[in-house]
Amino acid sequence: MTSTSLRSRALRLLESVTTPLLPSDYLDLVDPLRAGADLRGRIEAIRSETRDAATVVIRPGRGWRGHVPGQYVRIGIDVAGVRQWRAYSVTSARPDGRITITVKAIPDGKVSNHIVRHAKVGTIIQLDQASGEFVIPAKRPAKTLFLTAGSGITPVMGMLRGHQLDDVVLLHSAPTADDVIFGAELRGLRDRIRLIELHTDTDGMLDVSRIDEHVPDWAERETWACGPQGLLNAVEEHWDQRGIANRLHTERFRPSVLVTGEGGPVTFSRTGKTIEADGSTPLLDVGEQNGVLMPSGCRMGICFGCVSPLREGAVRDLRTGEITTAAPGDGVIIQTCVSAAASACDIDR
Amino acid sequence: MTTTAPAPRKITSAPRTTPRKTSAGDPTAHLTAEQIEELGRELDTLRDEVMASRGERDAAYIRKVISTQRKLELGSRAILLFSLFPPAWLVGTAGLSIAKILENMEIGHNVMHGQWDWMRDPKIHSTTWEWDHASPAEQWKHAHNELHHTYTNVIGKDNDLGYGIMRVDEDQKWIPLYLGQPLWNFVNACFFEYGIAAYDLELGKNLSKRRRNRPEFRARASQVLKKIRGQMLKDYVVHPLLSGPSALTTLTANFTANIVRNLWTHSVIMCGHFPEGVETFERRSIEGETRGEWYLRQMLGSANISGSKAMHLMTGNLSHQIEHHLFPDLPSNRYAEVAPKVRELFDRYGLRYVTGSLPQQVGSAWKKVFKLSLPNGFFDKVTNPVSLFKMVTGQDSAEQPKRAA
Repeated sequence: MTSTSLRSRALRLLESVTTPLLPSDYLDLVDPLRAGADLRGRIEAIRSETRDAATVVIRPGRGWRGHVPGQYVRIGIDVAGVRQWRAYSVTSARPDGRITITVKAIPDGKVSNHIVRHAKVGTIIQLDQASGEFVIPAKRPAKTLFLTAGSGITPVMGMLRGHQLDDVVLLHSAPTADDVIFGAELRGLRDRIRLIELHTDTDGMLDVSRIDEHVPDWAERETWACGPQGLLNAVEEHWDQRGIANRLHTERFRPSVLVTGEGGPVTFSRTGKTIEADGSTPLLDVGEQNGVLMPSGCRMGICFGCVSPLREGAVRDLRTGEITTAAPGDGVIIQTCVSAAASACDIDR
Repeated sequence: MTTTAPAPRKITSAPRTTPRKTSAGDPTAHLTAEQIEELGRELDTLRDEVMASRGERDAAYIRKVISTQRKLELGSRAILLFSLFPPAWLVGTAGLSIAKILENMEIGHNVMHGQWDWMRDPKIHSTTWEWDHASPAEQWKHAHNELHHTYTNVIGKDNDLGYGIMRVDEDQKWIPLYLGQPLWNFVNACFFEYGIAAYDLELGKNLSKRRRNRPEFRARASQVLKKIRGQMLKDYVVHPLLSGPSALTTLTANFTANIVRNLWTHSVIMCGHFPEGVETFERRSIEGETRGEWYLRQMLGSANISGSKAMHLMTGNLSHQIEHHLFPDLPSNRYAEVAPKVRELFDRYGLRYVTGSLPQQVGSAWKKVFKLSLPNGFFDKVTNPVSLFKMVTGQDSAEQPKRAA
């Protein structure tokens, strides 16, 4: 008998001991971070960074496969008893059995405010493996520009901590000097990088079209940009005009809703519910508001943690207005966080 | 699917004309259609208030109950590995009985009602939960959430009324078979989980020659058999074998725990809709039922059990059966707090809030089982010495059994 079939037999025996539960339901009581468990983490420390940002030190479970600086991780944390999933950039460098995320409380942000102000050390959170393409390639660029604003510094901080890069310029915007997340650490890096801080309360917002006033050789640099919508749109346009869009890497924090349309009745066939949805509410919200168990993630169309099969019907991508249709058997997968009903549709949840 | 109440409907005329009673007069005759809808609105408001206040403490509550139950079950089963020693048998059996009761009542029943779905935790969710019971979660949810909770106490629609094997209302025609119903009820109590599984399968209806070969029924039946096989294997084979020399005593311990759980859950559930004072309804009376009327039927069709916190926990808070039927998906730990408000509504609208201690309610329900096993009126006669004498001596032969109504 092979060892795998022996193991599966042993597992079946164990399952017959615990049925209708699984052995893991009992093991989770003892060690939720063990190998083989659903990926979780324990909050080991919470450090305040600025008046509205904090760094959370997390010890991931044994199944954690590590991350590349710049990547984000989806975390599931219970806020007022409700499991909420969000994606945050990993800000720590190399694995020492712990990772950090740095969260800025945004106005009305349910999860960010909870993490910054109320989360407790010792809490077990749900984790997903790190992912994301916003990383430095193996072949290091000769000259680098990081263009960030607000909490957009977080993935870049991970990169600065994790890589030794030559010739780096960091152009960072924040309302005041005190609002600069990792301010002291960044200023301490001045012998390694050229740091330009723009304090927008006094200096005004960055005018991307005049970026050469700050960074004359910007066009020669491989650029990573992360920050609010407006900044990234301007940056993309400017790089595009110069014909060097291929040197630009961006990471967005929010979806940009462009087009909405007609809604329709949405059937969640596994749950057996049909709900009348409008053309502007993401299907993820429609499901969640009606008690459907929906997977979710960044809620901005980036992480693909929310994808669900569209068995039939049409949905509209709220960012682009693009319509996706499916007939039974097509196997169409949609991102429910940025898709709204465009006709009657049937979601396999 | 946990939707239980029909959508609100416009009411057209007042006062209301449809009679809704079957058993004892119309206890709602004094209410106008407007008042009934107002009652419905008040209950909706109450529901919204509590639902909006669900939060961290509730989540911590159910997680605590679940982890305590699992530890208690593990601990009891560990002790039963040495069940050859009588004290170990006793302690292990008691612990396992309590664990099984908690698992079925405060956890399983309530999780599968969707009471905890709002937490969005896939591990504690009505769509993923499976329980320590002969009936598979999916079938139980259909029979219980969709049928029983929607058609509560409607004769011919709600099979929970007598489970299709008993006479529970004087308006049900008496046949001699019902003479045995106290016995059926006792046997059903001992093996209640199998009774429920058969009931969820609608075995009575589906065993007919025409129906039993339908693929849909066969698929469901094999699902039930698979579930029962797993349950049996665990309690009567695997755990006894793991106990080595204590195999036989572990088997008797597990059997005892299952019987204790069955008797207890059966008693609690009998108390929910059987005691004296609970109303039943005609099929016709729910045609075109409004939301207010649906609420009213739940109020009159359920009965509570009064008692300590521990008793409420062990009944899965079905001791607050009235509140549970009004708000089936409200987290169970919150029923106690809405109960006084619900009771105040009963008083204000002049309705009878049926409640009593556990022995009182179990006694009342059993009395009904005995009473209705006989033709109408006989029970009162045989329990009254004067009429019994008359009946036995034949002086009574001309008199027809009276209807209580």
